[in-house]
Amino acid sequence: MFEYLFDAIRDGILAPVVAMVAPAGYESYTLYTLETLVKILAILIPLLLSVLYLTYAERRIIGLIQCRIGPNRVGFFGRRVWGLGQPIADAVKLLFKEIIIPTGANKRLFIIAPLLSVAPSLAAWAVVPFDDTLVLADINAGLLYILALTSLAVYGVIIAGWASNSKYAFLGAMRSAAQIVAYEIAMGFALVCVLIAAGSLNLGEIISSQSGSILHWFWLPLLPIFLVYFISGVAETNRAPFDVAEGESEIVAGFHVEYGGMAFSIFFMAEYANMILISVLTAVLFCGGWLSPFQGLPLIGAIPYISEPSILWLLIKTSVFLFLFLWFRATFPRYRYDQIMRLGWKVFLPITIVWIVVIAGMVVARVPPWFS
Amino acid sequence: MQKIKDYFQSLLLWELLKGLRLTGRYLFKRKITVQYPEEKTPQSYRFRGLHALRRYPNGEERCIACKLCEAVCPAVAITIESEERDDGTRRTTRYDIDLTKCIFCGFCEESCPVDSIVETRIYEYHGEKRGDLLMTKQKLLEVGDMAEDQIAEDRAREAMYR
Repeated sequence: MFEYLFDAIRDGILAPVVAMVAPAGYESYTLYTLETLVKILAILIPLLLSVLYLTYAERRIIGLIQCRIGPNRVGFFGRRVWGLGQPIADAVKLLFKEIIIPTGANKRLFIIAPLLSVAPSLAAWAVVPFDDTLVLADINAGLLYILALTSLAVYGVIIAGWASNSKYAFLGAMRSAAQIVAYEIAMGFALVCVLIAAGSLNLGEIISSQSGSILHWFWLPLLPIFLVYFISGVAETNRAPFDVAEGESEIVAGFHVEYGGMAFSIFFMAEYANMILISVLTAVLFCGGWLSPFQGLPLIGAIPYISEPSILWLLIKTSVFLFLFLWFRATFPRYRYDQIMRLGWKVFLPITIVWIVVIAGMVVARVPPWFS
Repeated sequence: MQKIKDYFQSLLLWELLKGLRLTGRYLFKRKITVQYPEEKTPQSYRFRGLHALRRYPNGEERCIACKLCEAVCPAVAITIESEERDDGTRRTTRYDIDLTKCIFCGFCEESCPVDSIVETRIYEYHGEKRGDLLMTKQKLLEVGDMAEDQIAEDRAREAMYR
């Protein structure tokens, strides 16, 4: 469906324009660049819209859990549509606020920091496969690329803390750095387990190797790793209960105390884009990505639409994990700092290392039904 | 044995799952939010809101400028000036309550021997200029005239406790 759409856009709109504008001999390059740009927009615009409405969903769901209603006033054209206008109103308000740069701040780094934190979380989407053909860059080292980019995001936080020239921001950056180092390793090992199980670094192939039924997905042979990965993902995105980098009750707002207006909202966007990214990756690596959970089951597996793989399954799985993020935030109080370190170094790391051995043994022994 | 049990319970996130189950149940509970302008919480007849000066049924103002309220006011929000009127009675020429100072303790109402200064149930008011929350005698009497029915009813209910 989407391929036809992109083909139609390329042949119908881009090709005639390029033929008129581009100098002779460069038509194919120009067309390719423009086509890629269209694809990037096709990923980024829905992504940013989901970031916008994830903030709304968060306020709404946490409100419901706390026996409140949540935002329900701001609507469109004088109508309250369950408060759906709220994120747009917030965005407009933040756009018009002044960005204050503290006198002692390192001005260049101060401005670069939010960009550094948002860019990797958007760039990582290049290799995320939405469908068996729908992927921007179908590269062989997809998993490696993801690992590299999710690790890069922490530089934004550290630089923001350093450049603000404020003790709270600096404390937040230090905490964040220590936490990310601890959980990055567990996350890396978790990805190694997936790599061993799938035998490929390409995300599309990782999903294909999970096909079969819901029992063939990697969450079952990699159950501890699945949990470790998701919990490390929560820690990596600095979300509650691992939000020591922000720690409102201890260090005001952590690394972004000094930021206001759009600069602040870019940090905010980065955090939520990271949440979506981690959810998608968990769905892709452990829960069969676009594969249908009813595939291969008796009776229900014979129904045409719900047993077929489609992008909708990926979206549903992602939404479930996003809901878990919000549910966690509404449930758990913040971890104490030494507990975070203990969990990262003394629990997750040994579990992942042991499981690498276990999964390697399973692959070598060709344990059915996953590796036969 | 207990130690081993605890170890596995924490490793399997047992308590965290219990916490999640609790909040998950609250997700579907009835919401208790009162949506303010459309819905309001019930109000006591002893509610202490905006002040008012009352009149007797014949239109004569009750206040006799005894200045007890001015004396009792802990926030020093009341200013009174008085003089003798032509018929020989003492009346106020100035009766100001600075609502930005007032702490709504209700002592002025308690101290008043003639039930003149009262606090009404009105709480939805605001000021847009600096002077708007300085209630003059004129404004207080207007509030009293406007809300007299409610004030009288509330005082009647309250009477048996005094």
